[in-house]
Amino acid sequence: MLLLGVIVMKGSREWQERIAVLLLGSTCCIALGVMFFILFFILFKGIPSLSFAFLTGAIEDMGRSGGIFPSIAGTAFITVLAILFATPLGVGSAIYLTEYTRTGPMARAIRFGVECLAGVPSILFGLFGFVFFVLFLKLKWSILSGSLTLALMMLPTIIRTSEEAIRTVPVSYRDVSASLGAGKWQTVVRAVLPSALPGIMTGVILSVGRCVGETAAVIFTAGSSILFPKSIFTSTRTLSVHFYLLAREGLSIENAYGTAAVLIIAILLINLAAYGLLYRFVSRRRL
Amino acid sequence: MRSCKKVRRSREATVLFLFSLFLCTGCFRNEDRIVTLAGSTAFQPFAEELAKQYMEIYPETIVSVQAGGSMVGIQAVEEGIADIGMVDLSVIPEEDERLLNAVAVAQDGIALIVHPTNPVHSLTLEEVKALFSGKATHWSQVGGRNIAVHIISREGGSGTRKSFDTLVLGESPLSRDAFFQDSNGTIREAVASNPHAIGYLSVGTLSPEVKALSLSGIFPSNENVLSHLYPLAHPIFFLTRKDPPLSLHTQKFLSFVLSPEGQGIIAKKGLIPILPVEKGRK
Amino acid sequence: MKERYIGRILLLIAFSALCALLLISIFVVKEGMAALFSTGFFSFLFGREWNPDARIFGILPFILGSLWATVGALVIGVPVGVGCAIFLAEFVPSRAVLFLKPAIELLAAIPSVVFGFIGVVVLTPVMRSFFGGSGASLLTASCVLGVMILPTIISISLDAFRAVPPSFKEGSIALGATRWQTVRMVLLPAAKPGIAAGVILGMGRAIGETMAVIMVAGNAIKVPLSILAPARTLTTNIALEMGYAAGPHRQALFACGIVLFLFVMVLNVVANAFIRSHRNEG
Repeated sequence: MLLLGVIVMKGSREWQERIAVLLLGSTCCIALGVMFFILFFILFKGIPSLSFAFLTGAIEDMGRSGGIFPSIAGTAFITVLAILFATPLGVGSAIYLTEYTRTGPMARAIRFGVECLAGVPSILFGLFGFVFFVLFLKLKWSILSGSLTLALMMLPTIIRTSEEAIRTVPVSYRDVSASLGAGKWQTVVRAVLPSALPGIMTGVILSVGRCVGETAAVIFTAGSSILFPKSIFTSTRTLSVHFYLLAREGLSIENAYGTAAVLIIAILLINLAAYGLLYRFVSRRRL
Repeated sequence: MRSCKKVRRSREATVLFLFSLFLCTGCFRNEDRIVTLAGSTAFQPFAEELAKQYMEIYPETIVSVQAGGSMVGIQAVEEGIADIGMVDLSVIPEEDERLLNAVAVAQDGIALIVHPTNPVHSLTLEEVKALFSGKATHWSQVGGRNIAVHIISREGGSGTRKSFDTLVLGESPLSRDAFFQDSNGTIREAVASNPHAIGYLSVGTLSPEVKALSLSGIFPSNENVLSHLYPLAHPIFFLTRKDPPLSLHTQKFLSFVLSPEGQGIIAKKGLIPILPVEKGRK
Repeated sequence: MKERYIGRILLLIAFSALCALLLISIFVVKEGMAALFSTGFFSFLFGREWNPDARIFGILPFILGSLWATVGALVIGVPVGVGCAIFLAEFVPSRAVLFLKPAIELLAAIPSVVFGFIGVVVLTPVMRSFFGGSGASLLTASCVLGVMILPTIISISLDAFRAVPPSFKEGSIALGATRWQTVRMVLLPAAKPGIAAGVILGMGRAIGETMAVIMVAGNAIKVPLSILAPARTLTTNIALEMGYAAGPHRQALFACGIVLFLFVMVLNVVANAFIRSHRNEG
């Protein structure tokens, strides 16, 4: 090590170059190796457990046996509901911020709020959600509490990405639309939104991915019931919560790996969908 | 452009449709039929089994079990977000006694666990106290190998922890070097993977991955716990609010748990029922 | 006519969003301030003992835990991440990078509980055999966090390197510099703001991580005296006690949350200032 250091400091340029390439190459290999190892390790250990019975069966014996269907359903319900709460609110605010009032106290307040809350750790949302939705509003541990909390968590991100997406629409679109006699809202809907849509949707889809992988905010608001959720007022155990509990309590390593595999595959598919969407629309616009 | 909008519309439509479908299922907000239990991680596996059997008999009821520790159970019942609090405390705190009814549903014991390779088989109560208060720092001081002791305790919300503190530590505080885990299951995992460790958990959650120690030669078997020969024994309570009165579904579930059938389920899964063959409740 | 209504509806929507954001802030601050005042700012921030039963709330152990864990994560993540990014940007054919970059970004989306699990299964036994102890410590947490922030740092640094105008590099090569000299003297300084942005993002993720840290950091409540000690961070303390905390205890947890929030805010402000000042230089 010391030798390498000496060479780097005093050696000829060729030697410096070689050592540097060596060191950098090894950090790259280590980094990529570790990251991909984790990914493939989980998939390798988990995919064998993915049988039809596993994916459609009920959770038995606290997760030691049976399947994970209630978790899959619960995750889907919570995520869909959260998106339904957050997207209209977020995209609507973004439209208002960019099209109707760029400066002004409301816009500045919202932007400030978004900046503040965008980096807040999810456990704080969990704490707030628990005390406000579960206890204060008496919604109890339920899909509703969980999705409201997740919606709040995603709101700053959706506002931010939607605002950026709408901002990048060229001014000419709006000018042409206005010159044709369209009103503001018509301009927004027919000229601005369709162009901004890929960017907005990418932001939404990436938020979905974040929701699915979220544990801290969900475990305290949606609870950890193993039952199939029959209404939004019942508790449920999302995939990441189920995985966390299985892993920590050592109830079943195979099922833990299987759950993790389902979780990772779901998130990968969601992110691929986002990229695919973006790619398709971008390339189409180029035409 | 037009296909963009069409895609967007059909996507919106399907999402809206799914949502309304799902909302309809929840529209029948018959909250009464949901019975929520929360609290002790020691009793959680048994509560799940009881819930499962109960729902097979009465399919229209939903019995949902949350864990979190006994204090979560007490909090949840007092705040009204759970119907029944599962609690494994030796004594219910006074301020909670005013608001809540307590019914004993099972008998539980606290077992001390170590790694299976640990040569120690039995300790006295004083030795356990010395270990957990930090006075004894090496296993050699209590008859084991000359390696450091890692104490693993439950965090403050656990009924098992509170019972342990009362029955074992008494006035001595827990050593500040203790590690903490937040459920019976995670303590078991932590001890099973660490040859230095000593921890404690409910006898109902014992498993072959850890070794249970005897106290002064008395093993924490179900018989010894029931007969109180094993000193660390205490009941598991179900707590309910005194007011408002219980829903019909909650009452029915409670009586199921206390029935011979319910008690039999508890016994079969490995805990000690509170009602033996002859009638008699503490 | 419709235009005016739509305008008003959008105003309402934006206002609701603002209310939601305000609600969280006001709620958290209101609850937390009560604790800060009753304990006193300085005894809260610098108190070494956290004992909810005795109403003693000092969060120095957790502040130190968060700091050590985050710094450790950066020490591991930044050199490896930036080094990897340099290698990918300058020494790897761009066609390969076309595949690798999206793959790395996908890795950033893997849930943290998965990283925590790998940490428990793979890293903890290794730590135990190297350093003794239980294997659960701030070092283990730092390693797990460091790996977790790698994808973020790599992908953002890679973008930063790619954004450097080719003329910079061409000029340097024309003057006879080797590739490494170009990197060291031209690329790195030019890409500094971008790299800093990536590091900040990674730091934010590390300091806010909860579940993975609970699994590997030991959760002790003592002030961690070294990176090999078990510890709690601000986040894990909230998670471990949230379920059952009531009254002053719960307010103290909100106060913990305020401190955490301030940490993240300060980090963001400092970082943005740093980025802005360097952007002006470039």
